[in-house]
Amino acid sequence: MTVNGVEHVRDVEPRLLLVHLLRDELRLTGTHWGCDTSNCGACTVWMDGLPVKSCTVLAVMADGRSVRTVEDLEGPFGLDQVQQSFMDCHGLQCGFCTPGMLMTARKLLDDNPDPTDTEIREAISGQICRCTGYRNIVAAIRHAADAEAAGRGDT
Amino acid sequence: MTGTLDACAGPGFGPVPRKEDGRFVRGRGRFVDDIALPGMLHGAVLRSPYAHARIRSVDVTAAESHPKVRAVITGETLAARGMAWMPTFSHDVAAVLATDKVRYQGQEVAFVVAEDRYAARDALALIDVDYEPLPPVVDARLALALDAPVIRDDLADRTDNHVFDWETGDPDATAALFARAAHVSECDLVYPRVHPAPLETCGTVADFDRISGKLTVHATAQAPHAHRMLYARIAGIPEHHIRIIAPDIGGGFGNKVGMYPGYLCAVVGSIMTGAPVKWVEDRSENLMSTSFARDFHMHGEIAADADGHILALRVSVLADHGAFNATAQPSKFPAGFFGVFTGSYDIAAAHCRVTGVYTNKAPGGVAYACSFRVTEAVYLVERLVDVLAHDTGRDPAELRMANLLTPDRFPFRSATGWEYDSGDYPRALRTALDTAGYAGIRAEQAARRASFEKTGKGPLTGIGMSVFTEAVGAGPRRLMDIMGLGMADGAELRVHPTGTAVLRLSCMSQGQGHETTFAQIVSHELGLPVDAVDVVQGDTDNTPFGLGTYGSRSTPVSGAAASVAARKVREQARQVAAVLLEVAADDLRWDAGPGSAEGGSFSVAGVPGVSVSLREIAMAAHGGLDLPEGVEGQLAATTVYNPPNLTFPFGAYVCVVDVDPGTGEVDVRRFVAVDDCGVRINPMIVEGQIHGGLADGVGMALMELVAFDDDGNHLSASFMDYLLPTAMECPPWELAATVTPSPHHPLGAKGVGESATVGSPPAVVNAVLDAIGVRHADMPLTPAHVWRALQGRPIRPDIAIR
Amino acid sequence: MQVPAFFEYQRATSVEHVVTLLERFGPEARIVAGGHSLIPMMKLRLAQPELLVDVNDLHELAGITVDGSVDAGHLRIGALTRHAELLASSVAGEHFPILHDAERVIADPVVRNRGTIGGSVCQADPSEDLSGVFTALRAVAVIRGADGDRTVPMREFFHGPYETAVRPAEILVELRVPLRTGAGSAYVKVDRRAGDWAVAAAGAVVSLGPGGVVDEVGIGLTAVGDADFTAVEAEDLLRGRVADEDAFAAAGAVAAEHCRPTADQRGPVDYKRHLAGELTVRALRDAVARARRGRSAG
Repeated sequence: MTVNGVEHVRDVEPRLLLVHLLRDELRLTGTHWGCDTSNCGACTVWMDGLPVKSCTVLAVMADGRSVRTVEDLEGPFGLDQVQQSFMDCHGLQCGFCTPGMLMTARKLLDDNPDPTDTEIREAISGQICRCTGYRNIVAAIRHAADAEAAGRGDT
Repeated sequence: MTGTLDACAGPGFGPVPRKEDGRFVRGRGRFVDDIALPGMLHGAVLRSPYAHARIRSVDVTAAESHPKVRAVITGETLAARGMAWMPTFSHDVAAVLATDKVRYQGQEVAFVVAEDRYAARDALALIDVDYEPLPPVVDARLALALDAPVIRDDLADRTDNHVFDWETGDPDATAALFARAAHVSECDLVYPRVHPAPLETCGTVADFDRISGKLTVHATAQAPHAHRMLYARIAGIPEHHIRIIAPDIGGGFGNKVGMYPGYLCAVVGSIMTGAPVKWVEDRSENLMSTSFARDFHMHGEIAADADGHILALRVSVLADHGAFNATAQPSKFPAGFFGVFTGSYDIAAAHCRVTGVYTNKAPGGVAYACSFRVTEAVYLVERLVDVLAHDTGRDPAELRMANLLTPDRFPFRSATGWEYDSGDYPRALRTALDTAGYAGIRAEQAARRASFEKTGKGPLTGIGMSVFTEAVGAGPRRLMDIMGLGMADGAELRVHPTGTAVLRLSCMSQGQGHETTFAQIVSHELGLPVDAVDVVQGDTDNTPFGLGTYGSRSTPVSGAAASVAARKVREQARQVAAVLLEVAADDLRWDAGPGSAEGGSFSVAGVPGVSVSLREIAMAAHGGLDLPEGVEGQLAATTVYNPPNLTFPFGAYVCVVDVDPGTGEVDVRRFVAVDDCGVRINPMIVEGQIHGGLADGVGMALMELVAFDDDGNHLSASFMDYLLPTAMECPPWELAATVTPSPHHPLGAKGVGESATVGSPPAVVNAVLDAIGVRHADMPLTPAHVWRALQGRPIRPDIAIR
Repeated sequence: MQVPAFFEYQRATSVEHVVTLLERFGPEARIVAGGHSLIPMMKLRLAQPELLVDVNDLHELAGITVDGSVDAGHLRIGALTRHAELLASSVAGEHFPILHDAERVIADPVVRNRGTIGGSVCQADPSEDLSGVFTALRAVAVIRGADGDRTVPMREFFHGPYETAVRPAEILVELRVPLRTGAGSAYVKVDRRAGDWAVAAAGAVVSLGPGGVVDEVGIGLTAVGDADFTAVEAEDLLRGRVADEDAFAAAGAVAAEHCRPTADQRGPVDYKRHLAGELTVRALRDAVARARRGRSAG
């Protein structure tokens, strides 16, 4: 499988969860887990370009697919805009839900560069944050959308 | 003394971006489950499926023969080490691993240490426990019945499930006022059992070095120094051989204050195997076994005169403490700070009686951003005021305004003996009502109601409010201690020769942003840039002693300590500057400056242009200067801050909801929060903390609940059943602020971490009940609860729905 | 974290391969697609299959298409279709708004990226939204085994909680939803919170004849104890009646009367029974409004 653009070959038990492959085997500990039951979304990563909850995906099911985690958001030219906006808008406190939120936010803006606040709230509705009351997360995603629109020269 | 947000201006203060964020947005935070030590083993806990059962035998033979298992620990293993039981924060003991009986579902029975986490889990299924089920005590109201099974037969002479009786206030004065009151309203209210449920569960990596005898514990610890003492006492390891390191913590809310069996078993596992042992609980374990919150069954009475002036309050409480009395609060306060239940009102007399009982449920009770049960106190009084308004046909805003303490009454000694340090409650309520547009919403509500009465179609609009007074920053050590440890906090500040600084704290952030806020305090005092101040916390080998972060105490206690330490350093700098400038120290004036790398400066009074910066002073203080007698050189100070009183932040909240009367569904449409926490060091962080607490209020008021069935089975053991609010249930919070500085805190600041969690639940509940015109119904107001309240048959929340 | 017990894993290369594997391993083999029902059960060790057959590569099981003519054809929804794909499908939404109504309130967007339609209906959870939807739609399940395909009407598909017509060595291939011109449909759900399972929910599909008379109607009920997720008595009452508020109310009353909810932490029996009626009325009202709009637009 490919993780963050790097090919990895591992021999794993079929029951190994993707989140454990990422965290324990590949030491990509930015992806967290919070609930076991796919309710909290702390473990959200991309698989073949779509956000999925990696606590409910077997690592073997990701064989041959491409996975992207929070560690891949920062590029050679700096932070991804969603990362920067979460910092600018105080969109995080304890930081535990943040990687999952960032991965969903990135996908949302890729698909819909100008979401309404309601669309933003719907997009993150499968992800629990216990600290922020969501307001600044919504503001951060909105801020990222605006910054990227400005960068594209949209009016 | 009152002011606006301008009162918070000052060097260092302001919405500074957080120093923590850079690692978190990159996925480079370091949480306990991210730690991987060489040779590390993994622990898993076997838990009781029964709420109450005698253990006939525990057979671990099969588990021990699992090829990857390295140790299996049972209650007997621990008993041999004198560790089967541990002291609690509340004068009781709790089982580490059960030896005689299990007393709640999910209680720890055995601990497996294995080479990987999957094998550890597999081996649990190989342990054979023979249980003899016993009848459980599930309904707290039946715990003291004569025929109730005795849960704590481990305690000598114990013949019932009674834990304590506690009272406060003047019963006679209260009775006298009730006797002559024109109106008395009564109400039974349950503040149901809830759980703090931080997104990161509790966990540890214990690493015992057999050669040095040193134990290093990496753990989700809100109170590292208190934990060190507990490990020393329970495990018998000398305290100086124990190092607690709290890494990044993914939320705490009081869940990570307590000492849990899994932590201790990991320590024993490391001692037995000679390898580091990691144990991180899963979500079900977290919800079933670690510190729950609330579970207060209250009967409240409120007495008023004919004009609607509140005369007196009387309360009796049945507190469900679970199987062990392990409430985490100052030891002389068995009901926490519930005694502040007279709230924000001018009430002449009050009395309260609390009875604690054992039940076959997990221990805990004081957690979840509750400020030691101020949540329950605020909910009680804010609900009772609404009940009084309902019963006497008064507008709840006007009724509150007529009874609020006025600013001239501070400092105010309440009828139950609490000295409120400062406040301006009418201004906060006025600001909240104005921000919400109270009259306009009332008009809209009336129109909706009229339309409903005509067409039978909703929604119905409701407006709820609360005016809360918090009591945080425990606390004066004469009155307040945790297991004998007075609640004063140390702080150590060192300014390096080149003018940067390191501040060492006893408290520990779980997301509150200490690295930023505390750097701002030093910046404020010394004029250094925030980035020039590094904050060290969470490592007992590298921080001074103190009681930790909970009960909104970090800014009131450790924040004050940081400020005092910085002022001590400033005075040292003054002495050095006097030598440098060859003037008397008293002739020097301090100017904090613009926050440049030079820091603040001392200049000579009346001599323009002669000054020396902190950076220059720092280098000189480490140099060869001849310093006068009593000035030691270097710039460093230590302090222990013993707060003279609690701080009393307050606020006024207005919540607007729409209720669908056909289904009982509630939509929280607006939420206006006016908070006054005195001077705001970082208003951005303060507002973020308030946002989070408001979401807690929506959660508790509308969905969060830990319930049990008749057999004591936990019905809320995953996030499928323990519901937390998502972005869809939370409105865009509307915040406003007033500033009434604390007169006794060096910075005028008050704690704010729990204000919104404390203040918001009654506002939401009051709004829902206002919408449906019902006098009272208990939380959580799920659609079913709302609909049944509308039918006049409210649901009792603490037992299973039948 | 909770982790599953041991099992073997095979990635299927064709539907026939699936059937072969299922036959070889017997009832201890389970199909996994999205895994969002099965894997949590395996973590709790409530399910301990010996073999998991991964069908995620079987593109023949995916996709949403219209087969046949608008009047006599059907909408084909492959069993491997993800919830997010169904929600994004304009052809599905155009013909059956009920599908989009339901998908919008099933779990959450990230789960919907992974969870499949086939997995949801085969799980047969009593609170599954799509169960009530497909019974209301009178969809037909296509099931493949060693002997080839067989079809089972969705109204005969559910054999009780977590039990379906799919036999151990069979796989659900697709669902076929018959197309009807002039029909309107809607789904209404009450939950305690976004993403929660239904306290109760109702789906309605209504075809109107001349004079606003109900030509045909399907009513599906979720989480109120109907083993087949269908309010047959309410349908019988409505058929041939003018679709007005009185008729809706009468249908709601009958639906409430005949459902058999059980109490749990989502609500007591009386409330769920009330909801069965209330939501039936609301779903019918919305479905009829859509049917009328469709007619006037046509």
